[in-house]
This record gives sequence, structure tokens and C-alpha cells, in this order.
Amino acid sequence: MNAHQNDTPILRAEHFSKTLGGRKILDDCSIRMRPGDVKVLIGPSGAGKSTFLQCINCLIEPDEGEIWLGDRKIDFRNTRELCGLRERVGMIFQDFNLFDHLCAEDNVALALRKVRGMSKAEALERARMELARVGLAERAKLYPAQLSGGQKQRVAIARALAMDPTVLLLDEPTSALDPELVGEVLTVIRDLAARGMPMIMVTHQMEFARAVATEILFMEHGRVIEQGSPAELLAEGAQTRTQDFCIRLCDLCGGDASTLDGEGGTASLTPNAECPEA
Amino acid sequence: MLDFLDLNFITSRVMPYLDRGLLMSLQLIIPASLIGGFIGVVMGVLRVFGSAPVRHATDAFVAVVRGIPLTVQLMILYFGLPNLPFLKIYLSPYAAALIGFIICTSAYQSEYVRGALLSIQQGQIKAAQALGMTRWQTIISVIVPQAVRRALPGCGNEIIYLVKYSSLAYLVTCIELTGEAKVLVSRTFRPTEVYLVAACYYLAMVTAATWLLTKLEQKLAIPGFGPQK
Repeated sequence: MNAHQNDTPILRAEHFSKTLGGRKILDDCSIRMRPGDVKVLIGPSGAGKSTFLQCINCLIEPDEGEIWLGDRKIDFRNTRELCGLRERVGMIFQDFNLFDHLCAEDNVALALRKVRGMSKAEALERARMELARVGLAERAKLYPAQLSGGQKQRVAIARALAMDPTVLLLDEPTSALDPELVGEVLTVIRDLAARGMPMIMVTHQMEFARAVATEILFMEHGRVIEQGSPAELLAEGAQTRTQDFCIRLCDLCGGDASTLDGEGGTASLTPNAECPEA
Repeated sequence: MLDFLDLNFITSRVMPYLDRGLLMSLQLIIPASLIGGFIGVVMGVLRVFGSAPVRHATDAFVAVVRGIPLTVQLMILYFGLPNLPFLKIYLSPYAAALIGFIICTSAYQSEYVRGALLSIQQGQIKAAQALGMTRWQTIISVIVPQAVRRALPGCGNEIIYLVKYSSLAYLVTCIELTGEAKVLVSRTFRPTEVYLVAACYYLAMVTAATWLLTKLEQKLAIPGFGPQK
């Protein structure tokens, strides 16, 4: 992570606030991304994590707040600048959101053609390359309905990476997956982290977060209430809200091993076991 | 009763006569279904994704078209428009019938398309936007191709209706299949054979349309949409 000495943030989301139906969902949240940063948003459900993430590329327009891409402030009410921002900020969704009528390679190629203006041949070549990188070279011609959840999510990752994003946003990328498919997606994400792709990720995979995150942001009631490296926040006896939350999450997993959480826990243990060496 | 269903009469007299009508019917049905289908898709999109004034205008158009019997619409187009005080619009019988059918079928098609558009999950729209695609790029390359596949069975139904309500064209003196049949009956006084042949012609057209639509559905079928192999 120290390979990048450049200290200017590549993306800044400053002082985001959002009120929906009279309830304050986001209250003055900020995040700064430097090259190689992997920041993980955690917190109880309803804390505003997903809203915060979707405000960063304006899928949800914040009521207040500024977005800076490098040293340029984005006017997200200007459609052109907004599309430009989204082109640079990739997003992975919980439920994949692949285009159902297009096969895997066309899913990846579509935005290359429409947004980047590539020719069909160029776009497909790039698409196949990206699919090969997530281990799906052989599935390029299959449609979303023919892919497993983990494969769909990997296509979605290839689709986002094809746009050469500056930052990747991941909104609970493994939450909709069967437990035995979680590992394959986490492996891809860990590879990205190792290659220095800046990422902001909402996840409940605590062991994974601990392993890849450079910083953890703990959110509650629309505010970032704790922020720090995993080592600081999750150290033995750190007495932080983050640690408290993690312990409760782990208790849930351990207490009822037959639930999805329990199985998710075992799936996430395997990647974690490899991580200290990585 | 001996010459009831006289085959010779049918082949030498009725069929050549009705073939002309069939041709006119096809000249009405084919353009009306193609142009009407296209306008229907465009209007369906505008009714879902247009700005508020556009939505209201297209909704109102559909409400009016669906609320007035096609017969009355055709009468207005052919007999009514020439009497407009300032712009006296004279339409040929063929033009009046074709325009009437296009208006009618596009309004109904837009309803099928609208339903299909609403069924596309919001997530895909978000995904397209997150990739930097504009609203209209998203609509045209993500939403419409899926919606059209979902709307196809309903749209096909409307085309089959169109085949049959094309028989109203004779009311504005556009003599198509039904019109020719009526004329022939008044000359020969043999309604049974004449109308039977006309009925067979309609049945043949509907069968052909159904077959074409099934082929189209199969051609457009992809895993997750349309008939499964």
C-alpha cells in the first residue's frame, strides 16, 4: 500500500447530508480516498452505509455535500459532469444488476461502446480481457440467467473494471450470494486490493474487512462515529464501538451456526486464513 | 340446394374477386402493424420516461383513442375532417383507413409496452447510470430491448386484432376483403360461399401472423426471456 507516495486524494466526498421522508439518513459524512486506499464501511442496518456509498456517485443525490475528483469539484447537477464522475467511479451492487438481455461479454462491452465510444470489436476485445481477469473467459457468451450468483457478481466486477475506474464502490458485494459462492468473489476483490485498486466497500464480512481494509469507518444513525485502521479499532481490548459491533456480529454467527450468517462466517474464514501471508 | 358450396363457383368467381380485397387488406394491415408498432413503442417509452407534460399529453391521447369506437374514429377521419372550418382535410379512403388503424393500434401497443417497461427492475437502470450512461442511452440500450421482449405476446395479440378490425375499412369506402365480399354478395346473392371464403382468408391471415409472431419470439428469445428451449 505504500507504493504510492502521492498524498493528494484521488476522490473526496465532503460533508454529505441527506434527508429522506423527514428522517436524516446521512449527517455530515466525509471520506477521502488516496491511491491504494481500501476503506470499509460497517455498522448496523439502517446506519446509512449504502446511502453514503450511492451518494458518492450520485445514484442518490445528496442534499448537501461536495464531490472532488482529484482537484476538480464535480457539479453533480450538470448531467455531463455527473456522467463523467460515474464513468470514473465504478460500482458493484449487492444484487449484481447485470443487463439481463445481454451475454456476459456484451454486459461488459455496452458501456465501453456507449460511454467510451469504442467500436464493437474493440469493446468486445476489452470485455473478454476483463472477463478473463475474473476467471470467466469461458463464460463470455452466457447470459445472466445461465450464470451462478458468484459468476454474475464477477461479471459485474469485470464490467466496472473495464471502464478503468479511479475508485471502485462495492455495496455488500457478497450479501446476496450463497455461502459457498462468497469465496470466489472475495478472492477477486482481494486481488484488486493487492493490485492497489482504491475501493470503498460496505460489507458484513468482518474477517475480510480486517484483512484488506486500510481504514474502517463505523457508521451509526447516519454519522461516521469511528474511523481508523483495523489494527486500531479491532485491537484486543480496544473498547471501540466497532469492536463491540464485531463481537456482537460474531456472537450471532457462532450462536446459530445453521443460519446464513453462520455459513457466511465459515466461507469468510478461509480467505482470512490465507491473508497474513498475502 | 344442389349448388350450395359450388366449388366451381368458389374458385372461378369468389376467389379471384376476394383476392383483390385480400391484397387491399394486406396493404392496410402490414403498414399499420409496423408503423403502429413502432409508434406504440415510442409512445410507451414517453408515457413512462417522458417529462411530465409529455407524459400527460401521451396519456391523454391514449385515453381519447381508447375511449372512442374505431368506427366513429374512421368516420371522423374520412367524413369529418373535410368539414373542418379552416383546414379542410380530404383523405383518400385508403389514407383515412390506414391513419385510423395506425392511431388505434399504436395506442393499444403503447399500453402493452408501458406495462413491460414498468416490469424492468430498477437495479439495471442504476447499474447503467453507475457506468456513466445517460438516461436515454439507458432507456434505449438497456430497458427497451428487454421491455419489447416482454411486451411481444401482448403486441402480437393486438396485431391479430388489427387483422380483424381492418374489416372496418369498407365503412369509409376503402374496399378491402370484407368490402369486396359485400359487393360480391350484392351481385350474386350467394352470401354463404362468399362470406365463408372471406372467413377462410381472415383465418389464413391470422394463422400466418401467429406463425410469424412465434418465429419472432423464438428469434428474440434469450435465456431469461421468451420461450425456453
